[in-house]
Amino acid sequence: MQELSLNILDIAQNSVRAGASLVEISVVKNTAEKWLVITLEDNGCGMSEEQVKQVVDPFFTTRTTRKIGLGIPFFKMTAEMTGGSFYIQSTPGVGTKVAAEYCYEHLDMLPLGDVPSTIITLISGSPEIDFVYRYEVDGRSFILDTREVRQMLEGVDIASNEILTFLRQMMEENIGEIDLQVQ
Amino acid sequence: MKSLAELQAIRDRVKNNVVVRENNEIDYRVVVGMATCGIAAGARPVLNACSEEVAKRNLHNVMVTQTGCIGICKFEPVVEVFEADGTKTTYVKMTAEKIVRVINDHIVNGNVVTEYTIGANA
Repeated sequence: MQELSLNILDIAQNSVRAGASLVEISVVKNTAEKWLVITLEDNGCGMSEEQVKQVVDPFFTTRTTRKIGLGIPFFKMTAEMTGGSFYIQSTPGVGTKVAAEYCYEHLDMLPLGDVPSTIITLISGSPEIDFVYRYEVDGRSFILDTREVRQMLEGVDIASNEILTFLRQMMEENIGEIDLQVQ
Repeated sequence: MKSLAELQAIRDRVKNNVVVRENNEIDYRVVVGMATCGIAAGARPVLNACSEEVAKRNLHNVMVTQTGCIGICKFEPVVEVFEADGTKTTYVKMTAEKIVRVINDHIVNGNVVTEYTIGANA
């Protein structure tokens, strides 16, 4: 994967498959201490303690078609490459939380990439699921919550192209503004 | 800067369009593989280009959807085009540029882009 936003897309697909109705994604950055944390939290079916242990192993998957699953191992690797760390916590019937912590000035840090595009891809692929995206740098934050969007839409399909285009632009502008203020 | 308040105007515009669209039948289903393998190989820009082209050309009879791993990871990004009669065409090693041509040639004009199919690349 060339950018972290693609790992986010990949891991969020697991939440979709876990039957989640809400997936919360956050990117939080601290420029004084030079760290960045990506978290994904869902209210899907969760995993047993044993499954959580196995999930970081590339040769484990719940799929029956093949014997390997690389999503979580890749994501974990991106964080550990920078001297960061990776956490996963899950409770059957409650949900799963995944967090990756990066030392973002490390030579092997991948670019964060186009997260708005990931969020749009998720909404268009699973319009029935709610997504929350929070981008925060040094306490300044922007939040997109599809529950709020839906309230505004009065039943109009959130996955229609005009709406998605608008949401993408709104995310890009607000995130750009935060990055500008920090510099 | 854009805020949610602006959604209102867009919502009303979309609402009016939906009424016109409701009677449309789906003639083509375009399925993009979006598992780890697809994403790593560049499926996200392919999917985005696909949705944009379909919207730009107002193709109301086309549905663009995502799926998991199709099972031929080394050919990713893979895009499958299903027609109303059940015919399936599998396009492999797709890019944003190639998918636009598939929409124009195959879906709009009915000519399968043979050079991008799995048969021509396997």
